[in-house]
Amino acid sequence: MISFTVNGRKRAYKGPPFKRLIDVLREDFGLTGTKEGCGEGECGACTVLVDRKPVTSCLVPVCQMEGRRIETVESLGREQRLGPLQSSFLEHGGAQCGFCTPGVLMTASVLPKSTAGDPLAIRRALSGHLCRCTGYQTIVESVAKAPRPKPRSRKR
Amino acid sequence: MRGSPGSMTVLRPRSAAEAVILCAKHPGCLPLAGGTDLMVLWNMGELNGRRILDLSGVAEWRAVRKTAAGLRVGALATHAELRDDAFVRREFPLLVQAAAAVGAAQIQNRGTLGGNIANASPAGDTFPALAVYEAQIRVVSAKGERVIPFSEFFAGVKKTNLAPGELVSEIEFPFPPSRPRRQLFRKVGTRAAMAISKTVAAGLLWLGPDHRVRELRFALGSMAPTVRRLRAVEEFARGKRLTTEVTAQACNLMSQDVCPIDDVRSTAEYRLRVSQNILAAFLLG
Amino acid sequence: MLQIGASLKRADAPQKLSGTAKYIDDYRLPGCLHGATLRTAIAYGRITKINFAPTFPWDECVVARAADIPGTNNVLFIEADQPLLTEDLVMHPMQAILIVGHPDRARAYEALKHIKVEYEEREPVLSIADSLAKKQLLRGEDNVFKRHLIEKGDLAQGFAQADRIVEGEYRVPHQEQAYIENHGIASWVEPDGTIVVHGSLQCPYYVHKALVKTFALPPERVRVINAVTGGAFGGKEDYPSVIAGHAALLALKSGRPVKLIYDRQEDMSATTKRHPAVVRHKTGVSKDGRLLAQDIEVVMDGGAFATCSGVVLSRGTLHATGAYECPNVRVRASVVATNTPPNGAFRGFGVPQTIFAAELQMEKIAAALSLDSLELRRRNAWRVGAVTATGQKLQESVGALKCLELCARRGHYLRKRQLYARWNSRKGNPTWRGIGIALCPHGAGFTGSGEVTLASRAAVALTKSGAVRILAASTDLGQGAITIFTQIAAQALGLPPGLIEVEVPDTALVPNSGPTVASRTTMVIGGLIERAAGQLKDALAQAGGRAPRTRAALKKAAAALCGGRQELRFEVAYEKPADITWDDSLYRGEAYGVFSYAAVAVDLEVDRLTYEVRVRRVTTAQDIGKAINPALAKGQIMGGTLQALGYALFERAEFQGGWMRNSQFTNYIIPSFADAPPMEVLLVEEPYSRGPHGAKGLGEMPMDVPAPAVVAAIHDATGFWFSEIPVLPENICGKFRNAEKTK
Repeated sequence: MISFTVNGRKRAYKGPPFKRLIDVLREDFGLTGTKEGCGEGECGACTVLVDRKPVTSCLVPVCQMEGRRIETVESLGREQRLGPLQSSFLEHGGAQCGFCTPGVLMTASVLPKSTAGDPLAIRRALSGHLCRCTGYQTIVESVAKAPRPKPRSRKR
Repeated sequence: MRGSPGSMTVLRPRSAAEAVILCAKHPGCLPLAGGTDLMVLWNMGELNGRRILDLSGVAEWRAVRKTAAGLRVGALATHAELRDDAFVRREFPLLVQAAAAVGAAQIQNRGTLGGNIANASPAGDTFPALAVYEAQIRVVSAKGERVIPFSEFFAGVKKTNLAPGELVSEIEFPFPPSRPRRQLFRKVGTRAAMAISKTVAAGLLWLGPDHRVRELRFALGSMAPTVRRLRAVEEFARGKRLTTEVTAQACNLMSQDVCPIDDVRSTAEYRLRVSQNILAAFLLG
Repeated sequence: MLQIGASLKRADAPQKLSGTAKYIDDYRLPGCLHGATLRTAIAYGRITKINFAPTFPWDECVVARAADIPGTNNVLFIEADQPLLTEDLVMHPMQAILIVGHPDRARAYEALKHIKVEYEEREPVLSIADSLAKKQLLRGEDNVFKRHLIEKGDLAQGFAQADRIVEGEYRVPHQEQAYIENHGIASWVEPDGTIVVHGSLQCPYYVHKALVKTFALPPERVRVINAVTGGAFGGKEDYPSVIAGHAALLALKSGRPVKLIYDRQEDMSATTKRHPAVVRHKTGVSKDGRLLAQDIEVVMDGGAFATCSGVVLSRGTLHATGAYECPNVRVRASVVATNTPPNGAFRGFGVPQTIFAAELQMEKIAAALSLDSLELRRRNAWRVGAVTATGQKLQESVGALKCLELCARRGHYLRKRQLYARWNSRKGNPTWRGIGIALCPHGAGFTGSGEVTLASRAAVALTKSGAVRILAASTDLGQGAITIFTQIAAQALGLPPGLIEVEVPDTALVPNSGPTVASRTTMVIGGLIERAAGQLKDALAQAGGRAPRTRAALKKAAAALCGGRQELRFEVAYEKPADITWDDSLYRGEAYGVFSYAAVAVDLEVDRLTYEVRVRRVTTAQDIGKAINPALAKGQIMGGTLQALGYALFERAEFQGGWMRNSQFTNYIIPSFADAPPMEVLLVEEPYSRGPHGAKGLGEMPMDVPAPAVVAAIHDATGFWFSEIPVLPENICGKFRNAEKTK
């Protein structure tokens, strides 16, 4: 058995240990927001966060996920109540066909502070994602103009 | 997706000692680190039925640490960890630039230096940096430990000189003799990011007070079955002033140490000429 | 409440942004089989034997073969020449032989390794030249799928009057659509025998038409449903009919639901690409830069089967002159057969090929006359009243010059030409810089009589509970069809967009609006929806005295209007404007109801050490009549522009022996974030009297025009001309080497 958390929820996986993380998320947990575009870590569509770092889940066997914290697009907000980054994509036209979008959102959700508002730095930081619809500019705008998450309040 | 999880056996050692024992016990098992190469093949259905030695639980091979002699990088340290390490940034900047040129963020977060070396791709982006820093590869097996100079590590395309049962444990980088006067990392890929290199170069240059070359180290990847130091060029440049003429002669000697080919990504002619251009620019400053 | 011209947010975005949008592989199909396709391993010849290894547990699998096809073994599209499964004649590599179904996807692929196919190989035809030389006869008497001829004026006389004659030959390669979602289809058979197909596709009724023949079923026994589709760009116009046939056949044979989802390698190596082409120009011009004679020859490589090649060729032919008037023209065009996977639709549909040639020919002419090509374009560009090669007199909405001037001004074309000449003369600079410009027309909607033949239908329905629903077969591929239709209907009805729904394109629910192609969705289907919504509005007004504006009022009016019926449907069909005439045999007349126009300026630099090209900035002005939704329009333009930059600078399908050798994202290089330049998009709105609110077509045009501008800019930077794309760093390097050799 392999235990980890997905979107904050504890999960136990009991299937074959060499199943890919993307397949476990999609097939075992029904989290189909994560997409497969190439199966070779090239397009970035399957990107999820593992311990807050973006990885291509098509290249991750689930046996390596013991104790890890996994986050998918479903953690960012709901269809009826989008999170701030998602809202910015809605506002600035960052999604067209939508297939690369969940992966892009995951990398964008943990961009280093140094990229704030700098289109070139954003382009470099997101360069592990291929998009064929947008020409990238609206994605860069969506990310640049998204409100930065506020530092967590210290109050209890 | 053509890989069949049910057909696979996974061994999960929890320590280095356990890893070498399992590796000895199961000849033909496939060591798995970050998986950024292995999983591509697996997804294509080419590794079905194989036994995997998952090294991700071997904590002692993860560290990046400073030693009296230089830097020690655990084989399982990721490219992102190298890229972001303050000591590495200060002392081995070419390694940082090279790690930042591997794939993109997602690959850097998973791919490991040891895995990359053991995979022995001719196009490994970090290899020229390892070559000019004269890295030493520490390998272990059930029989013991040995150190292989990086220049002797590769045997050919996707082939290493690791003996059966041997695993890469650490990569050691001795401090360079002094601060180099010039240094260079340059990757020329199929696009501006997320690319495989057509040629990839790393260089270190030390000049004497008379502006003569005290030492030159220059290495190229994707230009031969394995990464190559340009020994003939380095030898030729020693003790010379880097005039236009000397530089041109040095560039002509490049082909003594490399033998680029035409493939799906580039041509031999392009690879050679561009590598020469890069070398010339480096030498002329 | 003005909906038109407002950048309404994309209606389907919240689902796509939250991960709840369902693409085909996101559906669970309990008990389904996964299909894997056995494909030919040679380019040309015959299958002599198929051996199933006895060691493999075949009882776990269901195998669907040609013999299982109840109707005809072909994929009916424009022609019926392509077998659904081949058991004998092999016409190209990666042709489907049979489908293996297994409950485990990986095991289905594993099974393929245990089938050995024996062949009798023949020497294949792999190039246009070999096809024209009839190295083998693959098709008819001359290997030609289709020919087109346009003639205008007197060519000989035109050349006789010319001060200069300029000749050029231009080549363009395959291009892969590279949508991020691979092809995928699910299929099952309903208890009443209805075959249902659900998947990633552009044109539900194309798939429907093909399946009806393959399965010999009455039309109502075949149902095709569009799932959310992760990009298409033409790549999901015709090939889904093939996959749908395979999936449905396996579903029929096994009695179980089937999923047939391609992986990237199979998708790239087996499915359609843009047609490679060779285009030759001979142009006669006067000293002052007037075009006097254009003699153009176009040859495209169709691959092994007809698909839509004849129509791609037609559109390419009709745009071969560029947006320029010339009194004497001949365009001879043909598309030929080779033993390579069939080529098909891709955004631009033949136009990027011929515009590449036409625009570089303008550069060549300008150079011969020592004129800037901008000035040459100004002197010859279409204006209102201009007569095209087919004799079409352009009556209205001709924004060619406006686009050109705006683009040149905002892109600082002339100033940068001077600036960069100085930059390039300085030895220490790390790059050479250049700027290039190009112009194109793009005919909107189907060619000639195409829209009449299609006779598209669309409807707006009002349910008794007060829902307004748009019914059309046009699919949203990311371009924003759902949003645009909503805006058009909301405007016509005077209702807020939130009260309008768009039905899923499902052949059981929506009328046949024709395919989602040819930049026709907004202009043609949008126009139908506007008319249908107008009829609903009239009915509402008649029933209630005044049109409802709120949900409550609509509900009340709907109850009254529908009476006992579930819904009231207002369906309209395309009506040909009386004054549009087209002669398909002579290729004369109104080729398109109207043309859209685009100009682009590409500013780039070439690295002096590595010859890598970095596009610094793109400025483009596009006349689309009226932007129903400017944000979506700009999104289309930027996306298409980057695809075209990829076409010009990176994308090369490496074919060897009829195979694509680089069928992976690792080696088929599309532009990344780091390669994409900042873009400035300028919308020009020269309204078209017959488009909804003046709108013309848009979707394809951004793909047509950047490639020649890139080549012109590289020339400006380096002094070298290229007549073939992609211009890779290797090619630029080669020019420098040759220049040194000749020194």
